[in-house]
Amino acid sequence: MAPKVGVVTFPGSLDDVDARRAVRIAGAEPVALWHGDHDLQGVDAIVLPGGFSYGDYLRCGAIARFAPIMTEVVAAANAGVPVLGICNGFQILCESHLLPGALIRNDHRTFVCRDQQLVIENASTAWTSDYTAGQTVTVPLKNGEGGFVADTATLDALEGEGRVVARYVGGNPNGSLRDIAGITNERGNVVGLMPHPEHAVEELTGPGTEGLGFFTSALTALVSR
Amino acid sequence: MPRVIVDVMPKPEILDPQGKAVHGALPRLGFHGITDVRQGKRFELEVDAADEATLAEIAKVAETLLSNPVIEDYTVRVEG
Repeated sequence: MAPKVGVVTFPGSLDDVDARRAVRIAGAEPVALWHGDHDLQGVDAIVLPGGFSYGDYLRCGAIARFAPIMTEVVAAANAGVPVLGICNGFQILCESHLLPGALIRNDHRTFVCRDQQLVIENASTAWTSDYTAGQTVTVPLKNGEGGFVADTATLDALEGEGRVVARYVGGNPNGSLRDIAGITNERGNVVGLMPHPEHAVEELTGPGTEGLGFFTSALTALVSR
Repeated sequence: MPRVIVDVMPKPEILDPQGKAVHGALPRLGFHGITDVRQGKRFELEVDAADEATLAEIAKVAETLLSNPVIEDYTVRVEG
């Protein structure tokens, strides 16, 4: 039976349907999860999708962090379940303290939407094992508050421990410190990523299929467990 | 009814693009004496009594929800 990957829908989520589609194309069974439930429906991995949960009120991800289902998501993440936060999902993971740092408004103050080249630096996380370290991929990027910030000690620790999952190549699109596009936790099961791999899983609708590896990686991690 | 004010500001070392945008608009409007602008948030909390226990609770609210301590500082004060 194919592993089940849950995708949480918050009020204001935009990319939950695309994330479920990416899960299906990768070969897993997508499961729609609802923010107001306390039920993960037995999924093997979880995606927090992009969008503007709760209208980005207060701070991006700040209200979503206290959504009912986040109690279960945080417990699952701490138990080793693979969790991927994309864009707003990344912001929610930072607000939840599952990942260090925070995402602030783009330094150039405008929303950016473009195909973005990334270099995968850590190919041993639950979400990047199907890539090779140093590989470059192109996936869409679209954010207004995508600038990753953390204090110097945290940045040094992330780099020193190999927890920078992906970095921007060919120009920093949002002022992220040290060109960081994605990070992981110490265990490598929780990954936050500002760009959108779920929009690059089919030739017809994206810049290519180089985002699919994030979703097949989770499948590989689950099958080999 | 007492009102408690929580001010939340971006930490000094954190870039504040909104404040910069406001600052950038000032010369265009003919205001030239302002050298920097930082933009924050002000929360007004109505409480039954601004006693020590309530203020301690509000400090907790400020730390867990109203601000993100990674990027922001907050202050709590009673108005009036």
